[in-house]
Amino acid sequence: MIAHAIVFYIFSLIAIVSAIMVTVSKNTVNSVFFLILDFISISCLFIMIGAEFLGMIMLIVYVGAVAVLFLFVVMMLNVAQQKNEWFNSSGRSSHIPVGLLVSIIIFFELIIVIGGWKYKPDLLDSIAIEINTDLTNTQSLGSVIYTDYIHLFQLSGMVLLVAMIGAIVLTFRQRSGVKRQSYFKQISRDRKDGIELVDVENNKGVKIDV
Amino acid sequence: MFSIGLGHYLTLAAIIFTIGIVGIFLNRKNIIVILMSIELILLAVNINLVSFSIFINDLSGQVFTLFILTVAAAEAAIGLAIIVVYYRNSGTIRVEEIDRLKG
Repeated sequence: MIAHAIVFYIFSLIAIVSAIMVTVSKNTVNSVFFLILDFISISCLFIMIGAEFLGMIMLIVYVGAVAVLFLFVVMMLNVAQQKNEWFNSSGRSSHIPVGLLVSIIIFFELIIVIGGWKYKPDLLDSIAIEINTDLTNTQSLGSVIYTDYIHLFQLSGMVLLVAMIGAIVLTFRQRSGVKRQSYFKQISRDRKDGIELVDVENNKGVKIDV
Repeated sequence: MFSIGLGHYLTLAAIIFTIGIVGIFLNRKNIIVILMSIELILLAVNINLVSFSIFINDLSGQVFTLFILTVAAAEAAIGLAIIVVYYRNSGTIRVEEIDRLKG
């Protein structure tokens, strides 16, 4: 039990410190690195309390895809040197104390909710899907996702498809002056446009108008 | 202190959520860091859902976490695409200079 507690405190401390570093570090690349560290420690926590599949998926999706996407954009936009100095910004920073006040109030509200929260007495009747301890976490999730939640699963696939198409359409740029293949033109060419039969007269040759 | 219960995980999630909110409120320079703060907030929500799911012994929390993960990935992709387009059009993504709407 004590080992469990020690591991929990270590991982959550790393997670909190790296979350703070994400927001305060001067360099955007360092922010992305601390974001990766945050995701990894949280996924270790997930694996520790028994949600192994979600922990692994967090590693794959967040660290492998989202954080690398962030790094790519930081690299492409060349904003790595742009300083992230939010306390000594140029002039008119009157909203910083208000922002801090509101955040502190939000934090204390959350703490009050957590502290005064209790299970409702008939909680066990309202459990939707009980966790079967005979199966592994991945097996039980898979047996639920592909049966009860199949429509939501397919809808999330549609969300990903829309996001993919949207990202491509947003960043697609048609440059002028670049020769590229046009499939429509290629396919719609006719024999008459391409080939012309000419009778060549003797001693005169053919004049080709290009 | 040494028996880790639901409250510990909820407190951790609350702290990370608040850090994300602070990052959004106080950031003056860099819009990519704001997107990262949104990812932090979604992460805190995921911690809440997973810890409730484990401690109440109900699997549906983990299912919803999976869907939130999907939506978060899509949101990050679209947001970064919008940032790339904005940078291409206006040459800057500093938060102070993005004031087209004069809000």
